[in-house]
Amino acid sequence: MSELTLERGLAAFRAEVDGPVAAFFSSCVHCGICAQACPFYLETGDAKYTPILKLEPLRRVWENDFTLWGKIKGLFGLNHKVTDEMLAEWEELLYDSCSMCGRCSMVCPVGNDLALMIRKSREGMVQAGHAPEGLIAASVRAIQTGSPMGLQWKTLAVQIQHVQTSSGLEVPVDKEGAEYLVLLSSMEIINFPEYLEAITKIFDHAGVTWTLSTQCFEATNAGIQIGNKDIAAQLVERVVAAAEKLKVPKVISPECGHAFTAIRWEGPNLIGRPYPFRVFHIIEVLDELRASGRLKTEGMETDRLSMHDPCNLARKSGVIQQQRNLMNLVAENFVELKEHGKFQWCCGAGGGVSSNERAEPLKMAAFKRKKAQIEEVNPERMVTMCATCRTQLEEGLEEFNMEIPVVGLTEMIAEHLVEKN
Amino acid sequence: MSGSMEFLLWTKGAMFNIAIAIFAIGLLVRIAEIFMLGRAKNFAEARAGEWGPGLRTMFTRTVADPGTFQRAPFNVVVGWVWHIGFLTALLLFLPHIKLIESLTGLSWPALPNPVISLVTSVTLVALIATLVHRMTHPVKKRISTVEDYLVWAVVFAVVLTGWLAYYRLVNPYPLVLGMHILSAEIMLILLPFTKLTHIFTTFIARWYNGAAFGRKGVQS
Repeated sequence: MSELTLERGLAAFRAEVDGPVAAFFSSCVHCGICAQACPFYLETGDAKYTPILKLEPLRRVWENDFTLWGKIKGLFGLNHKVTDEMLAEWEELLYDSCSMCGRCSMVCPVGNDLALMIRKSREGMVQAGHAPEGLIAASVRAIQTGSPMGLQWKTLAVQIQHVQTSSGLEVPVDKEGAEYLVLLSSMEIINFPEYLEAITKIFDHAGVTWTLSTQCFEATNAGIQIGNKDIAAQLVERVVAAAEKLKVPKVISPECGHAFTAIRWEGPNLIGRPYPFRVFHIIEVLDELRASGRLKTEGMETDRLSMHDPCNLARKSGVIQQQRNLMNLVAENFVELKEHGKFQWCCGAGGGVSSNERAEPLKMAAFKRKKAQIEEVNPERMVTMCATCRTQLEEGLEEFNMEIPVVGLTEMIAEHLVEKN
Repeated sequence: MSGSMEFLLWTKGAMFNIAIAIFAIGLLVRIAEIFMLGRAKNFAEARAGEWGPGLRTMFTRTVADPGTFQRAPFNVVVGWVWHIGFLTALLLFLPHIKLIESLTGLSWPALPNPVISLVTSVTLVALIATLVHRMTHPVKKRISTVEDYLVWAVVFAVVLTGWLAYYRLVNPYPLVLGMHILSAEIMLILLPFTKLTHIFTTFIARWYNGAAFGRKGVQS
């Protein structure tokens, strides 16, 4: 790879400016409402975390290079240029203090999609050499090993063995013509092995044909988190190649929020063509099985449960009702957090924040918003459907000495399956 | 008196034409810049169409969601008050309607003058409140630029001179009326080059926002 420079960065920023970006920056009135939607600002009280301020480099590129007025100002040397020092300062704002949760995009009075512009800005930051070490390392591992955590198939193979022994069921691998190709996230494989066992049981119960692929098991996309289209596209192509080889009509993204938005919404645009298959989040698949009567459950959870909607799943992908249908299937004492669904609050760990070690204090600060929400309804357990959110909830609740276990929705459903005769 | 009358005639004549021309060309360029950039083709399978959700967001974003309202009530309420006040005075004051009629042939009923006068007074107070808020709230203070204060000053000048002219508080009258017209013309001239563009582009921005979320199945 040739050297990363300010010039390359500026070119990448320029490549991201499109009609929406121009409309957004033309419309900002500096009202500051976006700050009221940002857990990083609200929980630190530091005005530098105001979402629109994080976009100042992209705004300058737009004004200087894409507006007549900006060009006239440039002739007289009156424009504000983007410098290397500026980008160095903005690295913390664009990565450490933004999970791209998109809440600001929902409340901006003039309609600015700020999260989209953060995603775009990161493309410029990478090319200018101002991406965080943690995310660079994760991207390199993802390209080299297939997993951002460096996890290899042999580790998953051991887990598959465990699942097969404990469940007495086969975990299908490289089964051509199955209905679903199941993808996993490394975070899940390491932290929540119960997920694989849960889907093995559920799919057996519902008579669904599925398979894992030795060629590609990772659903997450470090290229999108860091903001590099080339890396992101390569990772998407791996999924497409695996799905095409196994001739599956459908691909399932795991309990991971960003993996879903990556493969579902960005993927086809990264590779520049539509997929020959459809993509679903596991929660969509489970709700579809429920609706068609293929998911038969018995018994109910009786303790007070609440639920955290992952931003990428709810606000950014429209999967909102499905998890509620599933909760109502197995939980009799389910209580919503006050602001939920498309207006839920981020856990603080998404968008690459959790892979960026130096952002740890900010990540925990942002979590306080979620903590306050949880305290408001005082549940006995929290349910979610994203491994990153789940890890953050567990770590955060422990940090604040709150004894509230966190469970994955898929596992909870698996525990209530009617036994086959 | 004759000097002030000449000034008034200038604002109504040559200056008016200049302002309208700069406004129209500038705005056209700005809007063209947006649409010529366009959007890349989207290959991801949509959950829903873009037009419906886009059009809805163009209107619904005018009202803050309950959570945002609770967290920033001052920002929301004061913003609403002065926008409505400004629009009411602009569009429902008889002399303004007559001006619009002379330019476009379109006409509609006006509000009684005392109502307009009250609305204008409230707008002035609300505008002062936004300035104080901008200078004191940590977020607004941090993100504000010279342009924000310039635009505030021009908008305030338009409303203030209108109010002064209505009450004949400056003599001679042609001078204050001329100042009112001139400040409105300065506002028109600045519009395409400052955040005042949002008067038009916010609807484009909101459409893009609603469309992007809408195709993913979320009404934004």
